[in-house]
Amino acid sequence: MIIDVGIVAAKAFLVLFMVLNLAGILGWIERKGSALIQDRIGANRASIFGLAGMGLVNTLIADPLKFLTKEDFVPPQGDKFLHTLAPCMALFIALVTFAVIPFGDVLVLGDRVINLQVANLNVGILYIFAIASLGVYGIVIGAWASNNKFSLLGGVRGSAQMFSYEIAMGLSVMGVLMIFGTLELQEIVRGQGTLIRDLLPDSVRFLTPAIGWLPAWGVFLQPLAFLLFFTAAVAETKRIPFDLPEGESELVAGYHVEYSGGKFLMFFAGEFAEVVTAAGLTVTLFFGGWQVPYLMRDGFHFPWGEVVLLPHLAVVLLQVGAFTVKVVFFCWLQILLRWSVPRFRYDQVMRLGWKMLLPLALLNMVVTAIVIIAVQ
Amino acid sequence: MDASLIVFYVLAALLVLTSLMVVFLRNVVHCALALVAALFLIAVLFLTLNAPMVGILQILVYAGAIMVLFLFVIMFLNPVAQEPRRVLWWGLGSLAAVFLAGSLAVFMSNGESLVDPVAANEAFGSPEMLAKSLFTDFVLPFEIASVLLLVAIVGAVVLAKRES
Repeated sequence: MIIDVGIVAAKAFLVLFMVLNLAGILGWIERKGSALIQDRIGANRASIFGLAGMGLVNTLIADPLKFLTKEDFVPPQGDKFLHTLAPCMALFIALVTFAVIPFGDVLVLGDRVINLQVANLNVGILYIFAIASLGVYGIVIGAWASNNKFSLLGGVRGSAQMFSYEIAMGLSVMGVLMIFGTLELQEIVRGQGTLIRDLLPDSVRFLTPAIGWLPAWGVFLQPLAFLLFFTAAVAETKRIPFDLPEGESELVAGYHVEYSGGKFLMFFAGEFAEVVTAAGLTVTLFFGGWQVPYLMRDGFHFPWGEVVLLPHLAVVLLQVGAFTVKVVFFCWLQILLRWSVPRFRYDQVMRLGWKMLLPLALLNMVVTAIVIIAVQ
Repeated sequence: MDASLIVFYVLAALLVLTSLMVVFLRNVVHCALALVAALFLIAVLFLTLNAPMVGILQILVYAGAIMVLFLFVIMFLNPVAQEPRRVLWWGLGSLAAVFLAGSLAVFMSNGESLVDPVAANEAFGSPEMLAKSLFTDFVLPFEIASVLLLVAIVGAVVLAKRES
């Protein structure tokens, strides 16, 4: 009993630790990466004993210290309690989503089988959408409690944007859920462990030499859904090109214009945590989660027949490592997007969400359903 | 007293508290947020009763979607607290409360509870079971409800598109 509770607590701690640290490091990657893209040097001012550590001292030590020691300003006409609650909600919601994302298969220690996932809910993916739908409150409450026109406008924009893209996001994953026939994320990842040749129906069996060796990852089965989902997930993080709720050029800083010090840091960290979560979800649903191609529980089984056996611990480490690498890659992709793409106008954001993503997601769902029934 | 009963009483107490806050707080935005908290607590109650699907839908639909639109409207219109006919509302409210409490007392004095408070078995509230009953036994009401929603959506579009 005590050990079981301890294991769950350890898993929760591990996931929180990884997500928060990755969010912090992303702050550094963002500054150094944007400098790389724009041919600048980037953060290099702060140093400890002359060591700037490639700007790490700046973003990981100096910046947070500065945030935490600055004056915490609450607008006199604003709502003091809600002004404090809003950034807490924003960060909390961004962090708890990761609870159902599996970061590995099972770890067998002695006679104990540990599922490498904090919470295995049978409604898995719906939990994520439910929590994501609560993410609006951090913005809306913060915007309203600041008692500022700019922040209110930002809050209204943010809630409308997140609302619109949640629908497209939810519908775009329906195809994946139909193929794997489950809502549990761990089962979806396990389903992606097979090869495409095992899924091909007899009528198109001749394609086996061409595509049969591919792992049955969501992106190969549902390429359109992947594009739709990733677009919607990026829009949910409210970063450029979808940063209209902040809208620096017209709304100053949008919903967090009246935030300073530690509370602003919480919004800031929450945004990076959302980037990590978006990457984690994309990887889980479309890129095989912790799956390494051809790696089974006892080692590699290559499609040409070769078998390389590996000890259990090595397999688990490979899986967790693969998941981490994939997540980091998609975080980097989002940062690359942010610094390469110009921002949308607000009406363009709405048109993209309602008139392009939503109909395409519905189409994808219907086509997937027809194909599944035809194959059966 | 076993653990689940303690959890229930804590949840129920918080639920009553937040519901009272919805009614008694002076600021409309605070009331709306208290309602969000109450809906969230109801969802947790569903989770403890082995109905995770209903609980998650409760959050998704009510706390996450409908209440956001409520807040949206409240923030845009910023209604000032008005207190007309206060006595009348208090009178009607008290009357309704007394009636409810009275009928509850009558039922409970019969010695038998209205509902069986035993939690359903684990599979009962699962997505599979819900989907099965929705698409087999209750497929007609389910489809009628979807048509109703479609009519409401079309109506909303017509109203929004009307030339003024």
